[in-house]
Amino acid sequence: MKYLSEYRDPELAEEFIKEIHRITTKPWTLMEICGGQTHSLVKNGILEMLPDKITMVHGPGCPVCVTSVSVIDEAVYLAQQPNIILCSFGDMLRVPGSNKNLLEIKAAGGDVRILYSPLEALTIAKENPDKEIVFFAVGFETTAPANALSVVQASKMGITNYSILASHVLVPPAMEAIISDTENKIDAFLAAGHVCTIMGMEEYYPVAEKYKTPLVVTGFEPVDLLQGILMAVHQLEKGEYKVENQYARYVHREGNKMAQETIHQVFTVSDRIWRGIGLIPQSGYEVNEAYKNYNARLKFKLDLPVAEENAACISGDIMKGLKKPRQCPNFGNICKPEHPLGAPMVSSEGACAAYYHYAPVKELVPL
Amino acid sequence: MQLSCPMPKFDFDVITLGHGSGGLLTHRLLQTGVFDVFKNDLLDQQHDGASFELHGQVAFSTDSYVISPIFFPGGNIGDLAVNGTVNDLAMCGAEAKYLSLAFIIEEGFTMEEFWKVLVSIKEAANKANIKIVTGDTKVVEKGKGDKIFINTSGIGIIHPKAKIHHNNIEAGDSIIVSGNIATHGIAIMSLRKGLEFETSIESDTTNLNHTIIDLIEKFGNNIKFLRDPTRGGVASVLNEIAELTQLGFAIDQKLIPVDEQVDGACEMLGLDPLYVANEGLFMAVVKNDIANDFLSALQQQPCGTNAAIIGTVTSDHPGKVILKSRIGGKRVVNYLTGEQLPRIC
Repeated sequence: MKYLSEYRDPELAEEFIKEIHRITTKPWTLMEICGGQTHSLVKNGILEMLPDKITMVHGPGCPVCVTSVSVIDEAVYLAQQPNIILCSFGDMLRVPGSNKNLLEIKAAGGDVRILYSPLEALTIAKENPDKEIVFFAVGFETTAPANALSVVQASKMGITNYSILASHVLVPPAMEAIISDTENKIDAFLAAGHVCTIMGMEEYYPVAEKYKTPLVVTGFEPVDLLQGILMAVHQLEKGEYKVENQYARYVHREGNKMAQETIHQVFTVSDRIWRGIGLIPQSGYEVNEAYKNYNARLKFKLDLPVAEENAACISGDIMKGLKKPRQCPNFGNICKPEHPLGAPMVSSEGACAAYYHYAPVKELVPL
Repeated sequence: MQLSCPMPKFDFDVITLGHGSGGLLTHRLLQTGVFDVFKNDLLDQQHDGASFELHGQVAFSTDSYVISPIFFPGGNIGDLAVNGTVNDLAMCGAEAKYLSLAFIIEEGFTMEEFWKVLVSIKEAANKANIKIVTGDTKVVEKGKGDKIFINTSGIGIIHPKAKIHHNNIEAGDSIIVSGNIATHGIAIMSLRKGLEFETSIESDTTNLNHTIIDLIEKFGNNIKFLRDPTRGGVASVLNEIAELTQLGFAIDQKLIPVDEQVDGACEMLGLDPLYVANEGLFMAVVKNDIANDFLSALQQQPCGTNAAIIGTVTSDHPGKVILKSRIGGKRVVNYLTGEQLPRIC
């Protein structure tokens, strides 16, 4: 497949692996931010091929994983209302709320629909004028433009039976929360290529400077990741801490201006509770005043009690890079994809799911 | 009988509850829609069941077909229902002989669509050289079904040279797939509501019995194991046999045949082709000595042109499936949990 196979080229990958082995002299811990990167690392067996001195820890960039239990409860509540069609990306359906997940609500007769794009929800809204359509708008800066666009379009088309339950989260505040944690061992970040495609790189320069931490904007294919790791190790070995761009085929320094304008048209930056991590100030998007009629929280006067997280799940420590999935005592026994304690075990971008489905061979040896 | 075969005159344009009542409407529907179409000496007995003699070791299998949409590129629920059961028998090393055919039809299903399904069943039965010898038709109220559900059960005679059992698998054996994987699942998914994307991907549904019998005839007990990786895909079958045999199953991603369009669709949808459903595809574990000859023979068959050896059975990692990625890294391939759900970004 053109534009993909080049980044999966075995010979190129081997060259990068050799070079990483050649230049690595000290132990380094690197965090890849995005869950898509985590899955690619594990699925392609890259963790096996890196020098023992390099430890990859897996970041918080799994939107499904960081969505708080309270927000899942809000979605579950909405999906249970007979006049509401709740539309969601498929990934959210298995994530446990306080009592139930959306798949269970669907099985019990709730109208929960899996969509690929929020714009499809507008078609459903037009087809069902007597129903309220709510789109579960989850994701990082990557999905925010399309979700914002659905609101702009709904407003332009005069669609009034549509709203979104926004649970957007932002990468830079989360990175700061992680790196400023005194327990953290992170020497360098691989930033999430897709988020930077939208937002550009400007936000990262102050982070690299303040925490003296190299930061390489990195893609998702095996060759991307190996090159990103090489660039980060190169900086570490030389004692540098720059922002570099491995994913230059998509990421420009200023990002996608049109997408950013759409985000700012509809959303305002707000505080957000991250599952497992807690409240991070100014780390999310909420629907702004101008589009308040499209905010499902206001429209349906949602005021559910703040839900407790499952204390047995160490997802916070995993997403902060303090622990790896196999270091959780519940991994693979009490916590499995079919009965998860937390979202990282069920999301297709969750670190625990990656280790469960695509366990690195060296991890077959019991810890 | 060709697909152009004209539809006979039925009393109604749509199936009604009366067609399942057991009365005159049922009788007329069965006479024109079933007995005339599937005419053969056993069915013509018109008993409550078919009566016949069989000689040799027998295999018996059943499956229900609830696919949606019922018509899809490359086939429909009718030929799927015949091929599926014929293939399940073939995987036991058996040549299918007789099939039962039972319909559960939702009230309001059009006669025209029913006729198309019947004609496909007839064509698939002819191609597989099997007889439909008994059956049943029920009609349920609107909303209690989804157009049409079909159950088929089949009986076949196991080839005397066939020794197909997972107990025969040993370290060193070769793992073979008979063609491109994930094609059927993606063909169906391309039509699902909300996912419609333009593609020329067609389901690979077909009968495998003639190919399998031919291979058994040539290679006998060197064929250790056969399975059609339908729901759950190739990864699930490998996990099942790894668990049963407590041997390791090492596969190489570079060797696994996937059509480029299917691969692209899987990328776009966030699906792993190893878990996507197949029809008309089988996996074989064969003795290493004959693997290349087996592959050449299979590649001569229309259903096997893309067949490939994808890996080896090993004594390392007992009970596990290990994949060598395109770039050479190794990892475990596990069972799929639930349905593959589309990802967020």
